[in-house]
Amino acid sequence: MIDLNNFTPFSSLIGGLIIGFSIILYLYTTGKLAGISGIFDNAITNSNNRFANILFLLGLIIGPSIYLLINNANFEITKSIPLIIVGGFLVGFGTKLGSGCTSGHGVCGISRLSVRSIVATLLFVIIAMITVFVLQKIGIH
Amino acid sequence: MTQNFFSLLSGIIFGIGLIISGMTNPEKVIGFLSITDNWDPSLMFVMGGAIIFSAPFMFLFRNKKTSLLGHELQIPSRKDLDKNLIIGSSLFGIGWGLVGLCPGPAISSLVFLSPVSLIFIFSMSVGVVLQKTIIK
Repeated sequence: MIDLNNFTPFSSLIGGLIIGFSIILYLYTTGKLAGISGIFDNAITNSNNRFANILFLLGLIIGPSIYLLINNANFEITKSIPLIIVGGFLVGFGTKLGSGCTSGHGVCGISRLSVRSIVATLLFVIIAMITVFVLQKIGIH
Repeated sequence: MTQNFFSLLSGIIFGIGLIISGMTNPEKVIGFLSITDNWDPSLMFVMGGAIIFSAPFMFLFRNKKTSLLGHELQIPSRKDLDKNLIIGSSLFGIGWGLVGLCPGPAISSLVFLSPVSLIFIFSMSVGVVLQKTIIK
């Protein structure tokens, strides 16, 4: 069944279009693809261009702060701290090993019709869905 | 200088897109990943919207060597499906499903001042650094 109470096609589409605009602005000006896992990785482990990468990440916090001045948004998380730690570790390790995340593979890569990114995106979305299914079945939070 | 300015500006716009889209709420992401129980398809519209906007501009730029500001384009050209891509993306999928946060939304969620975001980002950094150490 579809969860119609939480379904937000309009705001999600607008948000997506804005993300697409940001990716193109970043590519057309700096020449780089806005893959957040790559920017995060470079900001912490690579001294080349570190300041620009840190500024992008700061922007990711400043943007939502501006939005929160005029509107509300929810942050709900139900998972226990051990799961947060394991999850964060796997997201960091996995995106570094697989050279990308939801933005780098899922948006930039698919927009360029990159076969690697299409395969990576299908894989991480399907495996995340299986993970959620398994957690729900065994009742772990 | 312009590199710094446009990095900051792009980050700000990206972050606004993330919070409007609902991606910064882990439970909403879990709702999208939960296809068998109360599925919330909203996030398909996020990825769809972003791709619809960027794809034509990616196509227009496909043969360019430099950006409009003259910076060399840094676009990956690999086409092979190697073991690292498959294993890495799978591990990322498990982590994403466990918590409902991927790298961008995790950083943007710092705006909610929840210690959980900090713990997640710290663990993510450990994962990145450890992976880099193993490869060397």
